[in-house]
Amino acid sequence: MREIQEFTLDELKHLFTPQAITGETMVLNMGPQHPSTHGVLRLILELDGEIVLNCVPDIGYLHTGIEKNMEAKTYQKAEVLTDRMDYMYTMGNNLVYCLAVEKLTELKSPARADAIRVIMLELSRLQSHLLWIGTSALDLGAMSVFLYAMREREMILDVFEMVSGQRMMTTYIRPGGLWRDVPAEFEAAVKQIIEVFPKRIDQYEALLTKNPLFMDRTKGIGKIDTKTALAWDVTGPTLRATGIAHDVRKANPYCGYEQYDFEIPTQTTGDIYGRYKVRVEEMRQSVRIVEQALNKLPYGPVRDNNPKFVPPPRSEIGVSMEALIHHFKLWTEGFIPSVGAVYATIESPRGEMGLFLESDGSPKPYRVHYRTPSVPLLQIMPILSKGCFVADLIGIIGSIDIVLGDTDR
Amino acid sequence: MNELLTPAVFAIQSRYNGQVSEFREDVTILVPADKIIAAATVLRDEFDFDMLSAETAVDYCPQTSPRFHVVYIFYSTKTHLYLTFRAPLNGDNPSIATMETVFPNANWREREIWDLMGIHFEGHSDLRRLLLPPNWEGHPLRKDYPLGYEEVQYTFNFDDIDLRKPKGVR
Repeated sequence: MREIQEFTLDELKHLFTPQAITGETMVLNMGPQHPSTHGVLRLILELDGEIVLNCVPDIGYLHTGIEKNMEAKTYQKAEVLTDRMDYMYTMGNNLVYCLAVEKLTELKSPARADAIRVIMLELSRLQSHLLWIGTSALDLGAMSVFLYAMREREMILDVFEMVSGQRMMTTYIRPGGLWRDVPAEFEAAVKQIIEVFPKRIDQYEALLTKNPLFMDRTKGIGKIDTKTALAWDVTGPTLRATGIAHDVRKANPYCGYEQYDFEIPTQTTGDIYGRYKVRVEEMRQSVRIVEQALNKLPYGPVRDNNPKFVPPPRSEIGVSMEALIHHFKLWTEGFIPSVGAVYATIESPRGEMGLFLESDGSPKPYRVHYRTPSVPLLQIMPILSKGCFVADLIGIIGSIDIVLGDTDR
Repeated sequence: MNELLTPAVFAIQSRYNGQVSEFREDVTILVPADKIIAAATVLRDEFDFDMLSAETAVDYCPQTSPRFHVVYIFYSTKTHLYLTFRAPLNGDNPSIATMETVFPNANWREREIWDLMGIHFEGHSDLRRLLLPPNWEGHPLRKDYPLGYEEVQYTFNFDDIDLRKPKGVR
């Protein structure tokens, strides 16, 4: 039987110091099954006592060939796979795919669909940041934040379940709009989230922001400067914590983000504490955006009415021959966009998420490539962790908020 | 085309013999593979494209020359614009110079392309497989690599089935 081969130290020697080969420093394996690596991340560390000299991330344990699989499915079916990548921001994965398909087919989502998309995206960002604040504080020994964060995250997942029937793998956003309109209870549920959230964020801050133990473990650790961050293609809160107010929602607005009034929080320190402050402030801004979007939620259709790309509503199929034919053609053959390649980007909680989509004029995408924000974040682990303690390495992994499904795809 | 892009596009087009095309406002320049590093350096130093946002490859099998396109998507944090380069490569032993010298983050992106597409990057500092195990055979994202529907192998018949299993092009 073919065994999975292991790296030898010889193959990796160009990544370590010469002392590692002679045995003066210790090469230690961390992960892939380790409670603080947030999934199946493996780090090969070179240690001098307790100090990390080098760190070699080894990824791919969650690689499921999603890009290859998407190339073998029609455009509608391929979307279902996108949920499975960044499992903390499933709505965003759907959205970037839909934006690319809409760019390719020149569909336009209606105003109501855009507003609901924004609400859903910001709620997704909130729940992703909630899990991050819980687990990264847990890694540093602050247990109670995790329990509070999970309590609030449940409220958001309940909204997802209400609109799509699923808590995580929603596939709610579809090319040309949404799967269907939100139910009547939706507004009240989101209103409740908006009401309780600012106070709850204050509670997390009361537990962490001025906590001396938390500050000792985070200030001045895992530092990166703006120039390095840009050269290594780092985006999202990690880049904003170095002082650059770069956010795709402002730079290249999508889904009507330009209509909403929000700020891009920045810090100048570039360390774990800076990333923490940026993310907490982002949660407050997300609540602001949800509130604005909900207050001016327009009425109207939630799907484009081009029957060549968007399935007709159920009510029409029974009475209209054309609707029935379009429905049949769409779900058996799929739709055929024009030939060409597009690139669409959105701001995920971890940074810029992009999708390169190429069509060859068949009902299946010819090439799909997700530019995921976690890959560059993991790539700079050697830079962030050089010279820190092993215990601080745990804090650094937590602070860059990696999702391994996002890196491995 | 956005007028902020025009000087960069014109420079690459005239200096490196690039072919410009535009689709849904995305500007793509087809640059010869041997000039891609020089063109990217010019783009970074003279036109403020400070990020390599994505790097990937497309396989046009069964077409053989060019069979692959290596796609580079650059981003400017000043103008918030994207610009795409494509470098065509032939099918037999595809190889191109590494972008790592210009944008260090190309390191993992190129390891991923080598892993899944089998394109070799000359001068790369650490060209190992990124996602698949080191002893994997074939490059799965190539169009001639079978998708699936393989027979399930058990310990008692592993070798028998292994003989007739599709392996893709090695």
